[in-house]
Amino acid sequence: MQNKTTTFAEEINQAQHCAMAEDNSMICMGLGINDPKAIFGTTTGLQSKFGSDRVFDMPTSENAMTGVGIGAAITGTRVLMTHQRVDFFLLAMDQLVNNAAKWHYMFNGQMTVPLTIRLIIGRGWGQGPTHQQSLQSWFAHIPGLKVVTPSLTDNVGQLLYQSIMDNNPTIFLEHRWLHNQVTTQGKCLPLLGEPEFTRTVRSGKDYTIISNSFMLSEALQAHSHLLRYGIECEIIEISSPTHINWTHIFASIERTKRCLITEIGHTFSSVASEISHSIYSRYYSLLQCPISIIGLPHYPEPTSYKLTKNYYPNANTLSLKIAEDIGINIAKINLNKHHDIPGEWFKGPF
Amino acid sequence: MKKLDAYFESLRIRKIEEMIALRYPEQEMRCPTHLSIGQELVPVVVSNFLSKDDKAFSSHRAHAHYLAKGGSLKKMIAELYGKATGCTGGRGGSMHLTDLDCGFIASTAIVGNSIPLAVGSALSQKLQKSNFLTVSYFGDGATEEGAFYESLNFAAVKSLPILFICENNRYSVYSPLEVRQPANRSITDLAQSIGVESFHADGNLLIPLTHVVQSAIEYIRKNNGPALIELDTYRHREHCGPNFDDDLNYRAAGEVKTWLDKDPLKLLFAELSADQHFEKTHNEMVSKIENEINDAFLFAENSPLPNPQLNKEFLYAK
Repeated sequence: MQNKTTTFAEEINQAQHCAMAEDNSMICMGLGINDPKAIFGTTTGLQSKFGSDRVFDMPTSENAMTGVGIGAAITGTRVLMTHQRVDFFLLAMDQLVNNAAKWHYMFNGQMTVPLTIRLIIGRGWGQGPTHQQSLQSWFAHIPGLKVVTPSLTDNVGQLLYQSIMDNNPTIFLEHRWLHNQVTTQGKCLPLLGEPEFTRTVRSGKDYTIISNSFMLSEALQAHSHLLRYGIECEIIEISSPTHINWTHIFASIERTKRCLITEIGHTFSSVASEISHSIYSRYYSLLQCPISIIGLPHYPEPTSYKLTKNYYPNANTLSLKIAEDIGINIAKINLNKHHDIPGEWFKGPF
Repeated sequence: MKKLDAYFESLRIRKIEEMIALRYPEQEMRCPTHLSIGQELVPVVVSNFLSKDDKAFSSHRAHAHYLAKGGSLKKMIAELYGKATGCTGGRGGSMHLTDLDCGFIASTAIVGNSIPLAVGSALSQKLQKSNFLTVSYFGDGATEEGAFYESLNFAAVKSLPILFICENNRYSVYSPLEVRQPANRSITDLAQSIGVESFHADGNLLIPLTHVVQSAIEYIRKNNGPALIELDTYRHREHCGPNFDDDLNYRAAGEVKTWLDKDPLKLLFAELSADQHFEKTHNEMVSKIENEINDAFLFAENSPLPNPQLNKEFLYAK
């Protein structure tokens, strides 16, 4: 059993089943939540198990339905909403920013908003300008929101379960390319455990990589590659950009004195630049090389295969930069034949 | 609803609003305030049919909705004064009122923004199998927002126990209805065609108003489905603030006069005055109301200011 494999999508599914069983007042809604594809398999079996009063498909009304979720949440219903792409959820900014984020504060702590919103980030295979936006930096900018950006199968279930059970509005940013990521069940953290929002996933003395979401997969590849050259990178996972444990990061910087931060979205005005500022303002003279931020350029993702070739940084981008900072030459990793898919399992369209 | 009750409850709100207007220039109440003067009768009649377990949500012009539902006057005035004893401790001001004890959940400032929240509350009521309903108050401007259509649509799809009250006062700040909505389409018909049982009445006339509110609430309780009432109303003063602003000429002089002549309090007063005992009752009630208002302002003025060192409190729930 412990050696049985599980996927990122299955862990997400499992977390929802457990939360629904735990809290009888909880509801799950989302466009297509019980359609034949069950949102990439992440909502499988929820409606048949918990009934159509508690698990239901909804109108294509992102803004009002977010408001409905908030209204239900402040009157005694725990709510989980799911959107198949972040980009469509942009219609709901009024409800998210003016209500969900501010409610507990604005009404002086008299009400809470137990609302979690799963937003799936698309990438590649022609997703183009409006099906691939990674907006953790946007959401993290709003006081009162919790932002959770999972990266790994071992803790994604715990992160989702705890987000749902938390009485704060939480944006759960799920990368589509992670859904098929595999691990063994025995490695998965217990749903009921307290999440470690800043955690070391690889220890190393030479260089700190701060990362999350799909970029963490690239960082892990870079880590293995650099080990062959005797470079030991430390990888710190930031699974919540709004709840960073700075002590944890600073301790790593003090050891390695070098740092690279990945950004899942555009690097301009980002979570990565914010982390970078915090490190610089404390360790300006300690650092042995400038901090690198690696993420998306400041233009939308084009659609064409040809135009997206170098849009996303990858394990080579990371390892080459790290090697340069340390002052050694390394070879490139042989990556996927196609730059626009996470693996051969992905045949489009979403 | 009884004439006498409707009159005195409306008069109470009118006198509260007039006192706010009178004291506003003192610069002690320092937040945008949208007075309900002219529109008091609607929430008074609606609230007459509600219990405290029925919920209410409202918009920027919420004082009358809050007060008619039973919201604490002292806490509202203290909130306008930005005091610690205000209904949100100085966090929200006039546009973010709440009194959970009486079921007035919240008013919010962005046009159309509280309509979906009210629908969510009705969804909770349905899931909890309660027999209560939620009221959503908004103005004509809100019906131009996408959130209005989306909310009515969902309430209809799910057959939710919600009463939408559209107070049509014909203006969105200075912009008249004519430049915002087609002349041959009514809000009532629009809502009806979305699938919400819809009613229309003059919000200044007690008998037809009472009749539609009663019919709509009976419809909701009987059919477990949503209803909407469009009520013609008029705000007597400026959109935001304590003054009259008809010197700006954005409302035709004839139009203003017509509506002031139809002031619900004026109409009820004229009818009630026919009774020879009314004058005595009136004097007693006015004195009672004025005492209550004076007490509330004294409470607000004497209350402590909130502590800015607690400004980060309640950013996140525990």
